[in-house]
Amino acid sequence: MPRPGFVLEVDRSTPPVLVWHGEGFRLERLPAERSRVVYAPEPLAPLPDPDAAVRRALLEPLGDSPPLPELLYAGMRLTIAFDDLSLPLPPMRRPDNRQRVIEAVLELAAEAGVDDVVLIAALGLHRRMTDAELRHCLGDRIFDAFAPYGALLQHDAEDPSGLVMLGQTDKGEDVEVNRRVAESDLLVYVNINLVAMDGGHKSTSTGLMSYRSVRHHHNVRTLQHSRSLMDRPNSELHSSAWRIGRLLGQQVRVFQVETTLNNDTFPSQMAFLQKREWEWGVKDRATFVAASRGADALSPSAKRALFQAVLSPQQMTSVQAGEVEAVHAATIANLHRQQLVEVEGQSDVVIFGLPHVGPYNVGSIMNPILVMCLSLGYFFNFYIGKPLVRPGGVVIVSHPTPWAFHPVHHPSYIDFFEEVLSSTTDPLQIEKLYEERFATDEWYRHLYRTSYAYHGVHPFYMWYWGAHALEYASNTIIVGGNRRAVRRMGFKPATTLADALEMAEDQVGRDPTITYFRCPPIMLANVH
Amino acid sequence: MKALQVDRTVARFAMARVASGLRPGAGGRFGPLRLVDVTPPDLPGPGWQRLSPRLAGICGSDLATVDARSSRWFEPIVSFPFVPGHEVVADAEDGRRVVIEPVLACEARGIQAFCSACAEGRRRHCRNLTGGHISPGLQTGYCRETGGGWSLALVAHQSQLHDVPEGLADEAAVLVEPAACAIHAALMPMGAAGAGAGQEPAAVVIGAGTLGLCTIAALSRFREDVTRVIAIAKYPHQRDLAARLGATSVAEPTELRRAVRRVTGSWIRDGGQLSGGAPLVIDCVGSAASLADALAVTAPGGSLVLAGMPAPAHVDLTPLWQREVSLSGAYTYGPEPAMGGRHSFDLAFELADAARFERLLSATYPLERPVEAIEHAAAAGRRGAIKIAFDMRGEKKIPPN
Repeated sequence: MPRPGFVLEVDRSTPPVLVWHGEGFRLERLPAERSRVVYAPEPLAPLPDPDAAVRRALLEPLGDSPPLPELLYAGMRLTIAFDDLSLPLPPMRRPDNRQRVIEAVLELAAEAGVDDVVLIAALGLHRRMTDAELRHCLGDRIFDAFAPYGALLQHDAEDPSGLVMLGQTDKGEDVEVNRRVAESDLLVYVNINLVAMDGGHKSTSTGLMSYRSVRHHHNVRTLQHSRSLMDRPNSELHSSAWRIGRLLGQQVRVFQVETTLNNDTFPSQMAFLQKREWEWGVKDRATFVAASRGADALSPSAKRALFQAVLSPQQMTSVQAGEVEAVHAATIANLHRQQLVEVEGQSDVVIFGLPHVGPYNVGSIMNPILVMCLSLGYFFNFYIGKPLVRPGGVVIVSHPTPWAFHPVHHPSYIDFFEEVLSSTTDPLQIEKLYEERFATDEWYRHLYRTSYAYHGVHPFYMWYWGAHALEYASNTIIVGGNRRAVRRMGFKPATTLADALEMAEDQVGRDPTITYFRCPPIMLANVH
Repeated sequence: MKALQVDRTVARFAMARVASGLRPGAGGRFGPLRLVDVTPPDLPGPGWQRLSPRLAGICGSDLATVDARSSRWFEPIVSFPFVPGHEVVADAEDGRRVVIEPVLACEARGIQAFCSACAEGRRRHCRNLTGGHISPGLQTGYCRETGGGWSLALVAHQSQLHDVPEGLADEAAVLVEPAACAIHAALMPMGAAGAGAGQEPAAVVIGAGTLGLCTIAALSRFREDVTRVIAIAKYPHQRDLAARLGATSVAEPTELRRAVRRVTGSWIRDGGQLSGGAPLVIDCVGSAASLADALAVTAPGGSLVLAGMPAPAHVDLTPLWQREVSLSGAYTYGPEPAMGGRHSFDLAFELADAARFERLLSATYPLERPVEAIEHAAAAGRRGAIKIAFDMRGEKKIPPN
């Protein structure tokens, strides 16, 4: 029986705790009697036979949906859309959940004589996936059966002939969707619900729509009123996505298949990363020392290559299919079973140690904007109820924050960093003054459509992701980051965690209470 | 009287060149510039009068001279020893407060038959820089008979004098001469391609020292056909001033290509090459690197103006050829056809007042402290400064002849 997550109150006997620092980690001793560490629950047992579970989910759907075989018939147009490479993190070992589900769906489609089947990677405004990445997600069999025949597509949110305007919601939100989806008799959406933000109507209303649609929920107003992003009923972003998804559902039949994973995040060679420090054995200590020293000896690019090659042993813990909202409710319950940690009260300071990878730098560089997004956008929002830190508290982030960008993946990020952030870091000003120009820039559009670049507007969304935290916390301090890059973002640089804690006292007073959110593994704090 | 004088001393020029290679401005300590006691200059002829400088700026060309890094091109058109200083606000004998237009052309030289350029008012193109009744010297401050602004007295021909409007502070007036140069550069044509249909009529200004900032202000005030001004500035205070003076975008030198791409809607090709660029690029630095940068961001058929005094440079001119870029120098001033023939100095007075150029004067020094003054000017960017000048206002005036 895996142990639930828990909160450790730090005393003088507490050993130093592991803090992620990009492609590396540090051991930090936290001040006794006023610090606590939030640990994730241990990994749930995976489904014993995931393929059978997938088949059963397709045959016994939730909500008012008929079983999948009843929706399949010869001569129909079937589209299967799937989440892109932004999850899971790190990428999981083969077979990926998407492969298992899509193989089962294709089997049923073949039994029903469906021969017009198209697969679409639901990229939204993310970069296109490479063939190798598609193979990894879908498996060789599916890739080889579809890709050579033009039946494996990647959503293009800027293709004027590939989009259809379905109408507007009652709040005036445009619903412009992938044409193939709009003209299909059935859309099967296959997801991996890595965090509570994912899934439900957000899958289609983000992954298969155009900038004209996405901008209605990806903006400063919705993000400032999503408290948190991981708690759908209290998220304005999700309210908008739900309205858009429901309108889509009125015109296109959607059969949603959602899966969850356990949080067995790191391979056995890196088992110490999963364990609580006082339970480290000799082997764990030795591995930690070897990994830390080995990483320190490598160049940044070599370190990045090494860490990006890590595949996660995560396994499926649930699969549910059928009507979107019923499915998602069950998915969230299963996700909470793995990720939820009960936490009493807030602290003056919260500490996040960022790992090497986030949703938008798979196979890439964690640039400063992504550091902001991962810390203030994701980690800060890993809560239900209220944030781990009190209003006006301080967020401390540990990450090298290099002044470095992947020129192919993140071209508009470079300009965002150079031009936009050098003039203002206020999300509202940024949105008002710069978003439209970046979103309609022809070069970015070209690179998004033909190369492997994120959409021109994407860095704006990264910044908006942290809008709630920027408004809520009094200060963000980044430990061990490139000082110029940190300052460019309006944050404060610190050399050590001890320095950062001392600097935080300027905002929150002497001897502040501290929460260290020891993530990854991913968890969700239910803060009372 | 006191004056800072440049002598033709080979050993001192050699020392200055070596020292300034290690630290720009070191020529002030080891080079050919010395504080001397000299006889005030005589009036060379009719129409000349003696001036008592109030403020005299230190220009990039002065620094190049003191550091012995000027091009040898100037050798035949200067005469030693000379007193530098051509950015001058001064009191004339007749009580007027004036700035001088330092070019020493036909009229000042007493040449009755003007050359064709002077006949048309283009003194900067004068063919007689070595003729007439004074020694060779392209400008006041490089001619042995006229003296220069870095002293207590110089002489100037009436054709060189421009009255300073009442109300314009000396601190702004001393910026009028470089402002006139900047205006002349800013008013240069946009090139054969111009902005082109659908292309953003943008101008790029590389460098944000005195000349660059004045150019930005001039583009902003006098070029209605330029809607975007991209300033490339190395230091934070320069970026701040560039934005205040009218730059619509400000970027660091390493961000140049992307900054131009963003404004002009160009694409970046492999190797960082831009598909387009700006139709007008003004290089206010004059180094090989700045010229290469300027070439890289000039649009096909565009115009590249060299406003900063250049040094010998090795630059790949392939883009100039392949893109049919027009490369032109912008030297000094004169009647500006683009402004209905108004003189650059007239426009500069207007600009200096409107743009509050007194804020560009960062520090002044007495003549007795040339080493500190030169070092400050050479490191102006790094030290958060723009223009450094000598201040003679507290000095006793030299009596008239």
